[in-house]
Amino acid sequence: MTPIVEVQQVWKRYGSNIVLRGVSFRVEPGEVVCLLGPSGSGKSTILRCLNNLERIDAGSIRVNDELVGVVEHQSQLRLMTDAQASRQRRDVGMVFQNFNLFPHMTAIENVALGPIQVLGIPKSKAREDAAKSLTQVGLAGREAIYPRQLSGGQQQRVAIARALAMHPKLLLFDEPTSALDPELVGEVLTVMRNLAQTGMTMLVVTHEIGFARDVADRVVFIDHGVVVEEGPPGEVLDHPVTERARQFLAQVRTETKES
Amino acid sequence: MNLLNTPVVPIQEEPAVRVPEAMKPRPARHPERWVAAIAILVALGFLGKAFFFSPNIKWDQVPHYLTRTTILQGLGLTLILSVVSQTLGCSLGAVLAVMRLSPNPVFRTVSWSYIWFFRGTPLLLQIIFWFNMALIFPHIGTMETNTIINPLVAAILALSLNEASYMAEIVRAGIVSVDAGQLEAGASIGLTRGKTMRKIILPQAMRAIIPPSGNQFIGMLKNTSLVSVIAVRELMTSASNIYATNYLVIELLIVAAIWYLLITALATMGQFYVERHFSQGDRTRNLTPIQQLTRLARAARPGSERASHYWKDQA
Repeated sequence: MTPIVEVQQVWKRYGSNIVLRGVSFRVEPGEVVCLLGPSGSGKSTILRCLNNLERIDAGSIRVNDELVGVVEHQSQLRLMTDAQASRQRRDVGMVFQNFNLFPHMTAIENVALGPIQVLGIPKSKAREDAAKSLTQVGLAGREAIYPRQLSGGQQQRVAIARALAMHPKLLLFDEPTSALDPELVGEVLTVMRNLAQTGMTMLVVTHEIGFARDVADRVVFIDHGVVVEEGPPGEVLDHPVTERARQFLAQVRTETKES
Repeated sequence: MNLLNTPVVPIQEEPAVRVPEAMKPRPARHPERWVAAIAILVALGFLGKAFFFSPNIKWDQVPHYLTRTTILQGLGLTLILSVVSQTLGCSLGAVLAVMRLSPNPVFRTVSWSYIWFFRGTPLLLQIIFWFNMALIFPHIGTMETNTIINPLVAAILALSLNEASYMAEIVRAGIVSVDAGQLEAGASIGLTRGKTMRKIILPQAMRAIIPPSGNQFIGMLKNTSLVSVIAVRELMTSASNIYATNYLVIELLIVAAIWYLLITALATMGQFYVERHFSQGDRTRNLTPIQQLTRLARAARPGSERASHYWKDQA
């Protein structure tokens, strides 16, 4: 079985700041993988590279067995054109820390935009589907509401519905609950948990250790731009081998009581 | 499939609660405002009296010339020049702004040079230049240049090409004011750059673009008077042509001023509704005058609680 994501020896720097120093990992179809690590470790960066929102400096990323952001042309690499990059992003959904909903559109318009504009689905059908997606994330009856009238948790659920509407093969979550008030975290995690049960392939950058333990098939621990440790959550979270992982987990445990 | 475990509960009406009677504080006192207002009114009164009762201004001539055919024709031309040039200027300006922000270096350079050139030379120079195109190219194809670029076409060309350079910067400012996350969100659902721009960025940028564009239009209205140098008889030219023969200088300036002010007022009203249209989904959206009135009337009814913000759209 070919992996849905294959990251090999990826390096990325911003000026003199080297963020990724040879990151490698894979995600198999249907797997839920959580990326853990201290802030500044490069976990969000790698997620953004997967969706070609950032360009890598060295190494390779394959999604659906296709190089991300570049095409091979006579044994040379060439950057993708805008059209090629957009075509590639169709199959990969992304949920952002700050939701990034379109504030000038209602909830249903946010969800239906991609299907209408990218997939060419007729408007009425797309709206019908979008209404179903909103019902799935528990927002039936909120179709005509603008993002600013929704709570953070509701906004993030609209964002998840928006990503799902494109029927992606892979969903990326970039700290989806970090911008939420504590009492709103649960509803978003519940939606993600149930999404995982439907067999969706998910790569989640998170600080929610409890979520990683319950939902992830595998946990990848990143520090200083490299994968320090990876494996089933039971092993990595409870019996970390490396000192860095042990320190990080101890710190997270003392700061937030594990749910 | 329901991704949220909790059953979907319909949004419930809040049960009736006994709300304590609303506190109705009277407004704070501001005697200094009254003093200032009276002082200003008195000063204005003297000034107005001196102006309106001046024996040197023949006020009875003003309404007479206000609707003179020459003046009305001039007014019509001013309106046509302004609206056509502003429309062309906005469209070209938007294209230039998008080019300026494009990853394509050819687009960027072309746009940068255009803006540099048309913003860097006086409008008057550009008007005279277009009018004299025939000096460089006597023929365009088989036609004579002066039959194609007649004074009106030269005026529209000059005004709209010049306007585009200013509008380009206004549109660019609007685009960069939109959060970068919006671009990423658009990309993440597979939209191309162009579609992200049209469907997501520009509609949001409009809010920042409209107020300075209103300024530009009002500026345009008055810049049209510069085309008098190439014998296009817009409002100001018509007025000055008349006073050149009858010496009613001030009277005709008043006539022209009245028309300019009237169009500016209309343009300001138009701007309000355009702004409102593009503030969908925003908390600071303004109410229309009619909505303000109905809300005031409702608030003024006995027994009603006065909302503190009549003028904002409360969702």
